Amino acid sequence: MEIETIDINKNIGEVGSILREHDKKRGILIHVLHKIQEDNRYLPEDILRRLSKKLDISLAEIYSVASFYKMFHFTPRGKNIIRVCLGTACYVRGSKKFLAALEDEFGVKSGETTKDLALTLETVGCVGCCGLAPVTTVNEDVIGEMGPKKLETLIKSIREEEKKEEVG
Amino acid sequence: MEKLKNIEELKNLRAILIEEVFKQEKDKLKVCCGLPCSTLGSHKVAKALEEEIFKSGLQIDVVKTGCQGLCQRGPLVRAEPYSYFYQRVHPEKAKEIISITYSAGLPVRELLYRDSFLESPKKAMEEIPFYKKQLKVALRNTGNIDPFNIHHYIAIGGYSAIEKMFSSMSPEDVLEEVKKSNIRGRGGAGFPAGIKWGFARKAPGTVKMVVANGDEGDPGAFMDRSVMEGDPHGLLEGMLICAYAIGAHYGFIYVRHEYPLAIKTLKIAIKQAEELGLIGRNILGTDFDFTVHIREGAGAFVCGEETALMASIEGKRGMPKTRPPFPVESGLWAKSTVINNVETLSNIPYIIEKGADWFLSIGTQNSPGTKVFALAGKVKNTGLVEVPMGITLREIVFDIGGGIIHNKKFKAVQTGGPSGGCIPEQYLDLPVDFDSLSKVGSIMGSGGMVVMDEDNCMVDVAKFFLSFTQSESCGKCPPCRIGTYQMLQILEKITSGNGEEGDIERLESIGELVKEGSLCGLGKTAPNPVLTTIKYFRDEYEEHIHDKYCRANVCNLGIFRIEQEECILCGLCKQVCAFDAVKETRRSFFIDRDYCTKCKSCYYACPVDAVKINKQRDVRREEELKMPGTE
Repeated sequence: MEIETIDINKNIGEVGSILREHDKKRGILIHVLHKIQEDNRYLPEDILRRLSKKLDISLAEIYSVASFYKMFHFTPRGKNIIRVCLGTACYVRGSKKFLAALEDEFGVKSGETTKDLALTLETVGCVGCCGLAPVTTVNEDVIGEMGPKKLETLIKSIREEEKKEEVG
Repeated sequence: MEKLKNIEELKNLRAILIEEVFKQEKDKLKVCCGLPCSTLGSHKVAKALEEEIFKSGLQIDVVKTGCQGLCQRGPLVRAEPYSYFYQRVHPEKAKEIISITYSAGLPVRELLYRDSFLESPKKAMEEIPFYKKQLKVALRNTGNIDPFNIHHYIAIGGYSAIEKMFSSMSPEDVLEEVKKSNIRGRGGAGFPAGIKWGFARKAPGTVKMVVANGDEGDPGAFMDRSVMEGDPHGLLEGMLICAYAIGAHYGFIYVRHEYPLAIKTLKIAIKQAEELGLIGRNILGTDFDFTVHIREGAGAFVCGEETALMASIEGKRGMPKTRPPFPVESGLWAKSTVINNVETLSNIPYIIEKGADWFLSIGTQNSPGTKVFALAGKVKNTGLVEVPMGITLREIVFDIGGGIIHNKKFKAVQTGGPSGGCIPEQYLDLPVDFDSLSKVGSIMGSGGMVVMDEDNCMVDVAKFFLSFTQSESCGKCPPCRIGTYQMLQILEKITSGNGEEGDIERLESIGELVKEGSLCGLGKTAPNPVLTTIKYFRDEYEEHIHDKYCRANVCNLGIFRIEQEECILCGLCKQVCAFDAVKETRRSFFIDRDYCTKCKSCYYACPVDAVKINKQRDVRREEELKMPGTE
């Protein structure tokens, strides 16, 4: 996404007609941050600097907003993102064990990315799939009723993908 | 689609749609495509069914609906008009469904629901205990229609509430009707929606806002997601009615970023409603304008709090503000704003359509209507249930939920997510409504209901909830920021076996302080899980502190011992022990306590459960005094 060509009025929608210029720019900030993150998988500093100029919001302010929300990241993230749900229902059905197993397997702690940027391991509060607890998500896919067998296939599939890339 | 110019055109369109698109008697296969069923492969089932229908040459519609409720048994399929209810459907079964059900009119027996393999299968949805006690109001359309198709919604009577409203009701009438229905906010606090709307109507200023709060951050709750994904137009219609009543022209739906499907569904719904002229300028030819925007959250639990939510929409850090001024006085961009939960708003069209008296006839006197609960945890049937208020917890857990899995013993039910409390067995006959739940120290909350059995340690559960609220605390006010941290430290200490005399009292006094001193709902309710577990399960806390023992064997506490009489000498425990704590003699294994780190590897490895975890006191009594153990 080109920062310089963002149409502020289009992004804020109808409500823009009653807002001051500065409020409008503020109002689209989180939306734009989502877009940047979608494109880059994290928020690169140079893009945020350009955004700061475009929206007339200081870089410190942008950082303060972005760092408040858990979804925004300032460091590059892995190709695959595994999120282990630690919501109540998953927790009482033992999702902590799966997290520990994945941490051991890939040698990263929760919230970290492997050195080769292949994988990021995270926990999530709840994906709203509690009926199928314990749940783990891989990128956009949800794996429900996680068990030792499903865990093994998951690890295998990621390992295989890694290998393929090494060969290719 | 052409814009509808007046109410007559909407009526005509509905008449046509009922005949042509969504005819009641027509053969339909309703495949649940809610998130849990999709995860279990319902899209593949739908595709297989379509292929089979094409091959057979029959005229059957496949409708991809929102959540039908019984997520545990997904993917779910309903065969209309026979109303056969199929569960755990696999794509390979598509052929049988088409041939047996639609050619012969018979149910496919092996796909029908049954409690256990000894019982005879149940054909219809209504016969299943899970659905028997339910009453669908907010979820009336979820699971019945295709959420991506506005025609389905209109055909089953959607947007008829606004039809009635625009043709015969003034904004004051609408307000009076909602006030009379005494519907209370479904988001947690239970503030009457009608009164809130009344304040907003009276508030000065011409620009007003309506916000639907879909930031469902409570772990273990997913009813708003189901409404947004399964019946988006119901929510839009509710917002429209609210806007008309208070005179607002701008609406926002705040959805959390973790719900991409809900965002997609709502975007499509808004576009379709705009195309038909049900949202936008001059709705149905009247001079009423209302636009709706979606705002995505970015992963902050505290943004479910109304002032924090508004800050987030404005593009700021999602931190709460002091109230007053309340949002109805000065909300989004200092304009008067009504914030209602998604579930509350989706109840509204039905109230307008059927009248407040009808709504008052459901539920209890102080809490009329129904409530959607997300039943999860250790029950047999997990999923989404909507029940009239005043039903007892026992009915929900044992009749609808089918009891505890593996027939273990029920321990507690946790309502209201991390802000709620744990309710023990003695209160199971408590009627579920706003007031009686708060009397026992819990809250209704948004409606998460997590059932726990004897394998769950209550101290660990309290620690879990507190670690959640502690990490989600925005850090603005010290009681919440520091208080929850200190409480968590004490709980860490207790669960790791370093608890001291006085810790329980310390937890209680800090808990009360956090409750009193915090700025917003997050801090005010954060100590609830700890305080209620202390109140009802104090003996478990005491065991952790004095005996260094966890009766549910969750915390790494207690003394590990191999029961010689049960041991089959397989040696697995010795193999798994990373610390060489399991020693072998000629004809027995035993655990050397000096080396044991209580990692529980041997406990899990033992095939005959001969590794026991005991209280220090009991072991000493048995070994030193040679007295028989108490267990």
